[in-house]
Amino acid sequence: MSAILTRTALLRSTDHDAIKQFVLALPAVDQVGAEGRAAMLATRSIKTSSKVYAIDKAISMIDLTTLEGADTQGKVRALCAKAVRPDPTDSTAPSVAAVCVYNDLVGIAREHLDSIGGQNVAVAAVTTAFPSGRASMAVKLQDTRDAISAGASEIDMVIDRGAFLSGNYGKVFDEISAIKEVCGDGEKRAHLKVILETGELVTYDNVRRASWLAMLAGADFIKTSTGKISPAATPPVVLVMLESVRDFYAKTGTRVGVKAAGGIRTAKDAIKQLVLVNETTGSDWLDPTLFRIGASALLNDLLLQRQKLSTGHYSGPNYVTLD
Amino acid sequence: MSRVEIRKTYKLFIGGAFPRSESGRSYEVVDSEGNFVANPAMASRKDARDAVVAARSAFPNWSAATAFNRSQILYRVAELMESRREEFTNGVSLGDSIGKGRAGKIVDAAIDRWVWYAGWSDKLGSILGATNPVAGPYYNFSIPEPVGVVALIAPQDSSLLGLIDLLGAALTTGNTVVVLANETAPLPAITLSEVLATSDVPAGVVNILTGRTKEVAPWLASHMDVDAINLAGVAAEDVQKLAGEATDNLKRVIAPKSRDWLQTPTIEAMTSLLEIKTVWHPIGI
Repeated sequence: MSAILTRTALLRSTDHDAIKQFVLALPAVDQVGAEGRAAMLATRSIKTSSKVYAIDKAISMIDLTTLEGADTQGKVRALCAKAVRPDPTDSTAPSVAAVCVYNDLVGIAREHLDSIGGQNVAVAAVTTAFPSGRASMAVKLQDTRDAISAGASEIDMVIDRGAFLSGNYGKVFDEISAIKEVCGDGEKRAHLKVILETGELVTYDNVRRASWLAMLAGADFIKTSTGKISPAATPPVVLVMLESVRDFYAKTGTRVGVKAAGGIRTAKDAIKQLVLVNETTGSDWLDPTLFRIGASALLNDLLLQRQKLSTGHYSGPNYVTLD
Repeated sequence: MSRVEIRKTYKLFIGGAFPRSESGRSYEVVDSEGNFVANPAMASRKDARDAVVAARSAFPNWSAATAFNRSQILYRVAELMESRREEFTNGVSLGDSIGKGRAGKIVDAAIDRWVWYAGWSDKLGSILGATNPVAGPYYNFSIPEPVGVVALIAPQDSSLLGLIDLLGAALTTGNTVVVLANETAPLPAITLSEVLATSDVPAGVVNILTGRTKEVAPWLASHMDVDAINLAGVAAEDVQKLAGEATDNLKRVIAPKSRDWLQTPTIEAMTSLLEIKTVWHPIGI
């Protein structure tokens, strides 16, 4: 194994040519192989005690999300209550990792979480002109500063897919670096999740390139999608991202997290994701600090499965909240 | 060269599709002399779960369809049953161990029973509903509404007519249904599923499972998203236990009673799957 390198040593220089060279030199993804492996791992059967563990694990990894134009303060408060205590009838159900809202609702979310004992639940804000990312850099920076000053401890930024697809990798890198700077440094920093929007990147090669770009620019997490575009967090895409994270760790010794978001609606889907994580990056990543699932409807299905396992009979949608 | 016969795979009917059992199992059906008849799918609890999900998602549209529309759709099913008369007759003859002649009469009765129920759809409202006189400036209406998802453990003593009798009552009132077919004689129920699939009944309104009653019925009885269960085909010694399991979500339980299926039912078969909603509406608004 080669020696551990720092990010600067990996890149040599942050000028645009060097970045482009680095990104284009990444090995290509074997599409058939990636899809085959993801499909094979999806057939793993997770039963009984492993299933109990997987369901609670998945709940604790959820970024409970509402990103609608119609979001109200009341809806965000209700979401926070659910985040802290997902199943009101069963206090053994764990809290989720974070709530994820638009920038202007961060303050409400943080305040309400603190007032109901949800200090351990983070607030994540989507910034940088989410979901399209089509705004000036000044706006994107201010968007991020607003979120952080309102109490967001996690920032979900989108990359400029237009720049990426036209080969302007340097611009994407610079934007991520600039947002990273706003997020700060050290223990108290806001964690930066970089949304690649894989549904718009078209190829697995691009997913790998974008993953590396984000990691080199300082992302704490790389995230599949905004949830506004389909396809989103398909198993092969998550696999390619996890492999990038694994390779980055081998080269730099830095653990970057992965957030799968969009299209994960059933407990079965979520458990498949956990299998991918365990088999690709190893069990270290089976932790909310390194793997997240961005979802809204998923939580209800996990709770229904959980109720089935604890009561011994099938539950129904009347026994979870309407979101 | 003689032709190789194309034999049918008897499958489940869930959400408008014909899947095999998720468990991959099947079981052997034999006639009264012990000769092999078919290998239908043997449903597991997970097939029952999937069927309930399908029935639940079909419920909003089916229950909101106009009574007249439901009636037309059910009548269409009778038309298609008529064109499969021979297949039904063979199935009933095998399943109920009776001659073809008598089986044919039972199939006739089943189709007529279905039409009878189809006709009830738009009449129940006027028979069971009312405008109630109240002391105050209100209109007060009572309207029958379907209970929701009904699990129907089909009777074991009549492979087609008994099933049609109880299923028709549930459908014409606007409920969606998960049927657990007659265990030893499931073929007429399977033929019915093929009729339903090619009629205008929306996917998921009727779901038909074949398999072991003792294995699957308890999962339907305890399922929190099933609103009523008809225990017609449950063995006498299991009725009390299943009724007990149904109490968790206050499921409506319809106990089995032995009857002559050829006799026209009373409307209790339908009213037992309805709830009366009463609405107060201020006068002058």
